Amino acid sequence: MVGESVKMKTSCSERIFNVCNIIILTALSLVILVPLLNIVFASFSDPVVVMKYQGLMLRPHGFTLSSYRAVLRDPNIFSGYRNTIFIVIAGTSLNLLLTLIGAYVLSRKNVLWNPFLMMMIVFTMYFQGGMIPFYLTVRATGLDGTIWSLILPVAVNTFNLIVMRTAMASVPDSLCESAMIDGASHTRILFNIMAPLCQSTVAVIVLFYAVTHWNSWFNAMIFLRDKKLYPLQLILREILIQDDTTMMTAGSGEDLGMISGTIKYATIVVATAPILCIYPFLQRYFVKGVMIGAVKG
Amino acid sequence: MNCRCIILRQFKELMLLQESFWQKVKKDFRINRELYLLFIPVLLFYIIFQYGPMFGLSIAFKNYTPARGFFRSPWVGLKHFKNFFSDYYFARVLTNTVRISILTLIFTFPMPIILALLISELKGKRFSRSVQTITYLPHFISVVVVCGIIVQLTSSSGAITKFLGHFGFPQATMLNNPHLFLPIYIISGIWQTIGWNSIIYLSALTSIDGELYEAATIDGAGRFRQLVSITLPCLSGTIVIMLILAVGKMFNVGYEKILLLYNPLTYEVSEVISTYVYRKGLLEFNWSYSAAVGLFNSVVSFALVYLTNKLSKKLSGSSLW
Repeated sequence: MVGESVKMKTSCSERIFNVCNIIILTALSLVILVPLLNIVFASFSDPVVVMKYQGLMLRPHGFTLSSYRAVLRDPNIFSGYRNTIFIVIAGTSLNLLLTLIGAYVLSRKNVLWNPFLMMMIVFTMYFQGGMIPFYLTVRATGLDGTIWSLILPVAVNTFNLIVMRTAMASVPDSLCESAMIDGASHTRILFNIMAPLCQSTVAVIVLFYAVTHWNSWFNAMIFLRDKKLYPLQLILREILIQDDTTMMTAGSGEDLGMISGTIKYATIVVATAPILCIYPFLQRYFVKGVMIGAVKG
Repeated sequence: MNCRCIILRQFKELMLLQESFWQKVKKDFRINRELYLLFIPVLLFYIIFQYGPMFGLSIAFKNYTPARGFFRSPWVGLKHFKNFFSDYYFARVLTNTVRISILTLIFTFPMPIILALLISELKGKRFSRSVQTITYLPHFISVVVVCGIIVQLTSSSGAITKFLGHFGFPQATMLNNPHLFLPIYIISGIWQTIGWNSIIYLSALTSIDGELYEAATIDGAGRFRQLVSITLPCLSGTIVIMLILAVGKMFNVGYEKILLLYNPLTYEVSEVISTYVYRKGLLEFNWSYSAAVGLFNSVVSFALVYLTNKLSKKLSGSSLW
């Protein structure tokens, strides 16, 4: 009797807890989604309605593609996309190449200078020259003003290098030794044995590098002067933060003040939609990356 | 006779040792030549772009001008540091940096832990999967776009401003109000990171042995008791590591986000050391002065990581190195 009533009580409080939990998490999901949905709906809505609307939009009000037309007419958005895609592809390839090489060399045993090199590299994780000396160094190399200033100065990320090195160090030595006996060079072992064996780590660090390149804007802001070279994020900064929509509203014939509001919403959608569309498919790699970083870092 | 013999032998051994070191270097280079050749590009990267700026820090002790260049600028000792410490802005940027990072630690840091605990209590797989997918979403939006969204929603005609208008808030651009800058910064920070940062705690939670909970249930421990006596102690290692990392980043508080969100009207609460370095150095061209401020920043933040690490080693046994 007593035992039964205790069981009843716990299961009852348990049920209340579960319901509350679901309510809290649903509310949190809504809080995260609503600002994003508001942007999407506003971008499709009639600019006049958006101007006057009170509060967060939960559905489109009126339907028009005029703001999207204005955004796609902007040559800067196009050149921004083009530059960003170039930076992501070229930058990530170089990142991957150097990270693989560095990780492979540093993961070899019986290399006299490795402990020293490793120490020097880890030190840079905790102490850095900082913004101004970095800027002056890049300027001294003559890279500033070119798109390479966004690629070469960030060619290796120490954290990713260490993650990669740990993965390679855990590959059994015997594999490399037997390849050595068969006469394979280190270069061959690295690209034909190591890289395929560490596939999942390679996938993770490629994603990390690519996302970093995609998101970065600060280096572009301080190093680039020619607007034709600007990556997408810097163009977005001009439109969204510095409030410069002249390129889009010019010659549109529509009421400029009205449309510039919805243009910004449409710009956000155009710049973010591609990433958010691929993200659900890549989510598990990212999650894996967080774990790898956590265990090894 | 005997004595001389021993000295001679020791001398010989010493010679051998030295010789063997150089021999070792030579032999090592002969065997590993290909590895060293491969490593050259990586080494060059570290020398130029990581150690280059570190040696470039010496301009903090010089009067650097681009015309005179790096080597011919005159040494001025600690002048720039003295100027900074007696600067009117010194107290302001230091307080702002500490205030923003401590508020971030208090409000932003615990949120992912709470979220992970709530998600792990869910029974339905599909519901928990969709909560995770939704809460991870903001992590994939670039900082420029996040700030763009914030600017749009909190502008004088923005959705949030209008929504708060129902409760009597003034209909003005919220980011121009120094009292609202910090709440906007912190709340949007929670929005950005709550989901993504919970991953690590979720994985720590799934690795807790289920038998512990079974045993506790048999002993009559309720849910709350299990949380306090099993879950939190098992999570503490992860929490401490994340805390050390967060403290280490304290003096580099998301300056990208602040640069995008602040404006002269809110400098009094929003200007932190790193944005001050940017403004003084890259906008006003006080190279040496801003390098000195940056060096101060790096040293303090290095000291902080070192101290928290030492402290946590002593208190809980978990540490970074």
